[in-house]
Amino acid sequence: MTLLPPISCLTIVPLVGAIAVLALGAKSPKLARGLALGFAFLALAITLVLWHRFNPASGGLQFEEIHAWIPTLGVEYHVGIDGLGLLMLALSAIIVPMAMAASWPIQERVPLYFSLILMLEAGLFGTFTALNFFHWFLFWELSLIPAFFLIRLWGGSQRAVAATQFFVYTMAGSVALLLAFLAIFLCTGTFDFMHLADLGRNGQLLPSLAVLADWHRFTAEKLALVLCFGMFVGFAVKVPLLPFHTWLPATYAEAPTGTTMLLTGTMSKMGLYGFLRILLPIFCVQLRSVRTPLLWLAVATIVLSAYAAFAQKDLKRIFAYSSINHLGYCMLGIFAILKFTGDDPALATEKAAALSGVLLQMFNHGLTAATLFWFVALLEKRSGGLRGLNDFGGLRTVAPVFCGLMGIALFSSLGLPGLNGFVGEFLIFKGAFPLAIAPTSVSVVGLLLTAIFLLTILQRVFSGPLQERWSRMPDLTVGERLALLSPLALMFVLGLYPQLVLGVINNTVLQMVQQLR
Amino acid sequence: MLAWTIYISFLGVLVLLLLPKNSVRAARIVALLTAIAGFAVIAAGFLQQRSGELVTVARVPWIPSLGIEYHLASDGISLTLLLLTGIVAVSGILFSWNMEHRAREFFAFYLALIGSVYGVFLSFDLLLLFVFYELAIIPKYFLIAIWGSTRREYAAMKLVLYSFAGSAMVLIVLVAAYVVAGSRTLDLVQLAQFPFPVHFQMWAFPLVFVGFGILAGLWPFHTWAPTGHVAAPTGASMLLAGVVMKLGAYGCLRVAMMLFPRGLDAWGFHVLGFGSWRDVFALLALIGIVYGAMVALVQRDFKFVVGYSSVSHMGFVLLGLMTLQQIGLDGAVLQMFSHGILSGLLFAVVGRMVYDRAHTRDLAELEKTHLSKAIPFAAGTFVVAAMASIGLPGFSGFVAEVQVILGAWHAFPLFAVGAGVGIVIGIAYTWRAMQKAFFGAPSRGTVAVASPLPPITLPERLGAFILIGVSILIGLYPQLLLRVIVPALHSPLFDGLWKGSGR
Repeated sequence: MTLLPPISCLTIVPLVGAIAVLALGAKSPKLARGLALGFAFLALAITLVLWHRFNPASGGLQFEEIHAWIPTLGVEYHVGIDGLGLLMLALSAIIVPMAMAASWPIQERVPLYFSLILMLEAGLFGTFTALNFFHWFLFWELSLIPAFFLIRLWGGSQRAVAATQFFVYTMAGSVALLLAFLAIFLCTGTFDFMHLADLGRNGQLLPSLAVLADWHRFTAEKLALVLCFGMFVGFAVKVPLLPFHTWLPATYAEAPTGTTMLLTGTMSKMGLYGFLRILLPIFCVQLRSVRTPLLWLAVATIVLSAYAAFAQKDLKRIFAYSSINHLGYCMLGIFAILKFTGDDPALATEKAAALSGVLLQMFNHGLTAATLFWFVALLEKRSGGLRGLNDFGGLRTVAPVFCGLMGIALFSSLGLPGLNGFVGEFLIFKGAFPLAIAPTSVSVVGLLLTAIFLLTILQRVFSGPLQERWSRMPDLTVGERLALLSPLALMFVLGLYPQLVLGVINNTVLQMVQQLR
Repeated sequence: MLAWTIYISFLGVLVLLLLPKNSVRAARIVALLTAIAGFAVIAAGFLQQRSGELVTVARVPWIPSLGIEYHLASDGISLTLLLLTGIVAVSGILFSWNMEHRAREFFAFYLALIGSVYGVFLSFDLLLLFVFYELAIIPKYFLIAIWGSTRREYAAMKLVLYSFAGSAMVLIVLVAAYVVAGSRTLDLVQLAQFPFPVHFQMWAFPLVFVGFGILAGLWPFHTWAPTGHVAAPTGASMLLAGVVMKLGAYGCLRVAMMLFPRGLDAWGFHVLGFGSWRDVFALLALIGIVYGAMVALVQRDFKFVVGYSSVSHMGFVLLGLMTLQQIGLDGAVLQMFSHGILSGLLFAVVGRMVYDRAHTRDLAELEKTHLSKAIPFAAGTFVVAAMASIGLPGFSGFVAEVQVILGAWHAFPLFAVGAGVGIVIGIAYTWRAMQKAFFGAPSRGTVAVASPLPPITLPERLGAFILIGVSILIGLYPQLLLRVIVPALHSPLFDGLWKGSGR
């Protein structure tokens, strides 16, 4: 490990795995599954090594690799991670084996399915480590293709529409992103995120934009806003933020559940990561100037998606809307810390709290949402595909272990203290409140609504009269219990000892806050 | 040494014609070996030539009394396009492996076309270039008229008429330029240094640009392209879209822009908002991008989708040329290469893998057959080709189109956004065709394909791997080609272009 560049290795492992699974797994689905899981665990192991060797005392980039690539275009092979990157790598590496386990029952074209998941994992690793736009965009788009086919080939009855909607939305976002970045490249001559962030901070970005502004009869300030908006759209579609969310419920509902776990657990984080790594450092000033509307957009996302979850009858759709809701808190936190605080140390502490909360929430939501969808997958397997809110009732009596464990995940999602969900949300609210009093207060409504609809699930599915047809429903098998043990244990660990994550991200957060001012 | 590409190809034609009449197998092998030999020569030349500067290949007097020479030379642009031709030629033969009907003559015409194309890319004497350019029209006509499908006579005739109309425009300027420059030479290097009067360039430039632009699919003179591509047999479609359209774009760059750069200057007055020929052609290119994509979106015939996509993608080449930015021109040349590879691949999938098996190209029909199950290799190839074609990073199309758009951001910012719209529509039509053709739901009740389709053969796999491999290689490491393209565009030959562009 000391000889090989660890990040490049990490990205290559799933790619090699994808090819190996496709090539060797053609004959036996069993081998394909096993091989795929093996590669996923190998990636997890490398991530753990990275975690171990990561120096938490530094807030800067670590494990950096820089090589020349296309000099005429200012493109370099530049990778590296800080606390944020490491956290996202860990999340991806954890979610992927979970998604594979949840996809175990899939029977059709098994090698291709697992190979696509591994490809998606490579895309995630690349996106979370690349520091040059060209290189980053390659992986950003690379992750889209396997996701599309996972939905298109293995999805539910409406999969064709859902897959196309998903693809067109995200691609349109990508094109906006691409155009904005090309314009920035023209003005600054660099694609490097770190370099661009420096320019943004020093206020050198605006003067260089003036070159292009000439053409538009624009001022540089206006042009900067336009470019900022282009990037904003690209990321907001992915998270998603209202009003760019309409692709999500159908996609999450139609995708095979293992894929939904990946979509919500990891791919939605790509958007948030983009906000934190790219948009915020480069366009801090521009975002700050529209901070108030953005905050209310986040509030609308939180409240309306929680409301929409009420109206749903399909468990997957409920969890889809609940995902939008939970990521809305992240958006709220991110927009809250845009507030200009100067050198006020008290407010800087609040910002650090909010940002730590955002990072924690990203990790926790990924873990919890993926686990919840996993439970849906287990339920579907037993019910023959049924997953309506009103299709069940009284399952508690026939499948007590299932209901108990899923209850833990539900409470984690709801934000019960002692479980992982609580810490992140608490920190976001604690930090965001002094920075943005009104929006934060209103968004508390979202918390209440979430609690109500999650408890409704608990009531309708687990309690009440048992329907006759489910009286023979088998409880979780030993294998399933063992598999579920690790994510659930992680929920407790993070709930009781959040320091595990906070310790790693603390210096990164402090550095980001300091750079934001 | 590069001159041998031309000789080898025509030698191949000769050998094929000497073969006994029914020797299909031998004909294929001779054709393949000839194409590979041509490619090997180019590859060797490419490796030898480090910088992309102009290198003379052959130079002997031809018509001394008129000062006309047999002058072959190559710079980075020629080399890039030669390389493209070599690759497409080899894979085109691999995809024509099942040609049984008059195979000997088919491959003879095929090699003759390739030989003439090599000739155009290597010629540095304007008359010689024109001769090879005309020579290429003949095999094109027969390839479509004899071996074509849908409305082949019509398509072949249309192609020829359009080509001749374009040639006529070029010929007028050729003669005029000869006279204006003192009736001494038609050598491109010398003409590029001759200061043609600005008023002459002002009418010569648009005439030559349109004349060659017709073959590059310049809107509204593009209509030969979709019909011609669709009617042609697979190997010929690959050459038409992959290589012949590049002849046009090459002519635009090498003759129109290199000899008459002042023709791009501002007129000094405005007509309908246009201030120069540059504005006019940039707008036509943009219309081509968007219009081609929108028409492709509503086609029923799978091959027409690909045909119109060519118009759209060639629009990027022409837009890149009109930006007059270093980066835009780099992108245009790279896009010529990239589109050649990718359109070849797309036509191979549609014409050879799908049509030769399913015997229909109607998307509505294909939707019922669920081809992704029947021929998964074809589906996989098309998916990769589609990804490359919509400009996903990691493939050659991305680096090329990105550079064109970068150039356009500088020169015509609104057009850059327009080209972005074109890309989004491109995603839509490619994805639509892919879903309908390969991933259609087998509607309950209707029987899927009655008999299993013949499996994909080895030559097809080889051809697909070559083209995909090249696209990914250039996508990940474009420096390979940019290394020769950039110095070529910086050579003194193009000085006039940069001086005029106000950069």
